[in-house]
Amino acid sequence: MVNYLVRRLLWLVPVLITVSAVTFIIMRSAPGGPWDTDPERRQVDAATEKSLNAYYGLDKPMWRQFYAYIIGDTNSQTKEWVCGMICGNLGPSYRQRGRTVQDILFAPPEGKNFWQSRFGYSMRLGVLALSMAVFIGIPLGILAALKQNTLIDYTALFIATSGISFPSFVLAIFLIIIFGSWLHWVDIVVDDWTQIKYWFMPMIVLGFGTMAYTARLTRSAMLEVMRQDYVRTARAKGLAERVVIFIHMLKNALIPVITILGPALAGLVTGSFIIETMFSFPGMGRAYVQAIGQRDYSMIMGTTVIYALLVAVANLSVDIIYVFIDPRIRLEE
Amino acid sequence: MATPQAPASNRVVDLNDIFRPSKSLGQEAWSRLIRNKASVLGMFIIAFFIFLAVFASVIAPKDPLELNAGKRYLPPPFYKGTTNIKSEPEFLLGTDSLGRDVLSRVIYGARVSMVVGFLPTLIILLVGTTVGMISGYLGGWADNLLMRLTDVVYAFPDLLFFIIVMVALRDSFIGQFMNGLVLLFAALAIVNWVGVARLIRGQVLSIKQKEFIEAARCIGVKNSRIMLRHILPNSLGPLIVWAAFSIPGLIITEAILGYLGVGLRPSTNSADFFITSWGALMLDGQTAINSQPFLLLAPAVCVALVVLAFTFLGDGLRDALDPRMRGTQ
Repeated sequence: MVNYLVRRLLWLVPVLITVSAVTFIIMRSAPGGPWDTDPERRQVDAATEKSLNAYYGLDKPMWRQFYAYIIGDTNSQTKEWVCGMICGNLGPSYRQRGRTVQDILFAPPEGKNFWQSRFGYSMRLGVLALSMAVFIGIPLGILAALKQNTLIDYTALFIATSGISFPSFVLAIFLIIIFGSWLHWVDIVVDDWTQIKYWFMPMIVLGFGTMAYTARLTRSAMLEVMRQDYVRTARAKGLAERVVIFIHMLKNALIPVITILGPALAGLVTGSFIIETMFSFPGMGRAYVQAIGQRDYSMIMGTTVIYALLVAVANLSVDIIYVFIDPRIRLEE
Repeated sequence: MATPQAPASNRVVDLNDIFRPSKSLGQEAWSRLIRNKASVLGMFIIAFFIFLAVFASVIAPKDPLELNAGKRYLPPPFYKGTTNIKSEPEFLLGTDSLGRDVLSRVIYGARVSMVVGFLPTLIILLVGTTVGMISGYLGGWADNLLMRLTDVVYAFPDLLFFIIVMVALRDSFIGQFMNGLVLLFAALAIVNWVGVARLIRGQVLSIKQKEFIEAARCIGVKNSRIMLRHILPNSLGPLIVWAAFSIPGLIITEAILGYLGVGLRPSTNSADFFITSWGALMLDGQTAINSQPFLLLAPAVCVALVVLAFTFLGDGLRDALDPRMRGTQ
């Protein structure tokens, strides 16, 4: 077990380095440097550009820059050792001068706690959306399976099918226009995200697809479990229906559901940037989209690495949880 | 009292029912597919949008590039907007930020979505199948290499990869080509072929063990012929289903990229075949959500329709090609 864990964690390293390398190469092959706002127009004069390049180490060869990004390098002007990604340093933002990428993403505004940071906002939204998916999706799936081929089942299946195929940002457009623009139930432009009522729309939009998928998966898993012999045995020995459903059936039916939760959370966090942009939500995804617009290369790169790390960790954690809930699974194989 | 049923063996059976002409596997699947109402509906919707895309220049009521100064963000005639801008009956879905006809632009937008759905899928299938077959059939280092590659590609959040590629290479030569469409195709193909390769590899590994392959090898059939004539046809089913689900995914991706402003660049040249995309229209539409919501709504409805249609078709195809899979997932 420990062996496997260590191996999986070590495997993260080459994966993350490859992700950074690919991003690095693509970003560097873009025409125009980080100092011009658009490729045709230079923002700074040649001398300033030279010293800026020297300060940020951009005059060094590519491999050296990449090495500096991952491991670290000595700054040629201040002669100080600057540690790279392995110390959690994602480099300075090219657009928001004087701030580092990790500072923009993880540091909360002054006097606020960690959850008020951009990353914190995104995490909160992702966890909310996932809990919606779990706490509505799973009961919906159970209900549909128990009432198979009734109106309840068909309704649940319809919701599930439409939710899976419907892209979340199209759903967001519909909801914003219907509830925001036509019915005036919600505000379209929200400044104050401390009020909980504004969180409902992005949460619903973000979590709906996952909820639908969870419901469909729970339903099919339950239907399979219902026909098992041990369920019949449990009923035959006179157990209460409640016990049969929640102790005997659910325990096994939820195994496939749990396996998708990790990728689902990763999908929610990485997929949230379009939703965050639509609702002008102050999270990491919106920072990413803004960085795209401003061609803030270091910001784009840092955020990509963090997203990749999130996906990898989410997948890993599910593999581990899987072992604990399903004794049939052996990790060493 | 109901009369007792005659035993099944005594029932008169029309021999034609038993000895009906034999059908090929494809015909069987097709007849199962067209019995599925949702799939047929999906096929009609897809056919409709393909028709729109091909004949956009004939169907579109107005020139999608014609600017009408002073007629910006006109609402459609049937819609009472919150503002006092008067609509004009000639613009059925109103106008956009430059006074261009929204309906015509949406019709032209179908071109991009259809091409983005189909063309990269073809490339992906071609590359993925070739690599998957070779690595599955040969095994060894080729197989290992493919598996390691998949690990890395799966770790990369794909939407982020598309965005990075589109942002960085927009102004390069390949990014300029066909308003960035070629670059988009390349990015989509690079990420997605791995999934197909993995799917085909699994198929090859299981089919390889079957007796008929062994028999073919016994009578001296060459490796290449075994792959093309024996293994490939047997893995076509999952491949077709994969394609049916891949196409809407690609269409959504294009719409998201367009909405973020890094997709296809709207063209101002009437000689271009691809004028605008639904994603680009939505990007334009979000600025006038109150006065002219149809600039946002119309392309969104189109995306939703196409995606639903492909999902219906994909579900139907899966049931038709592999009846054992019916109802699962």
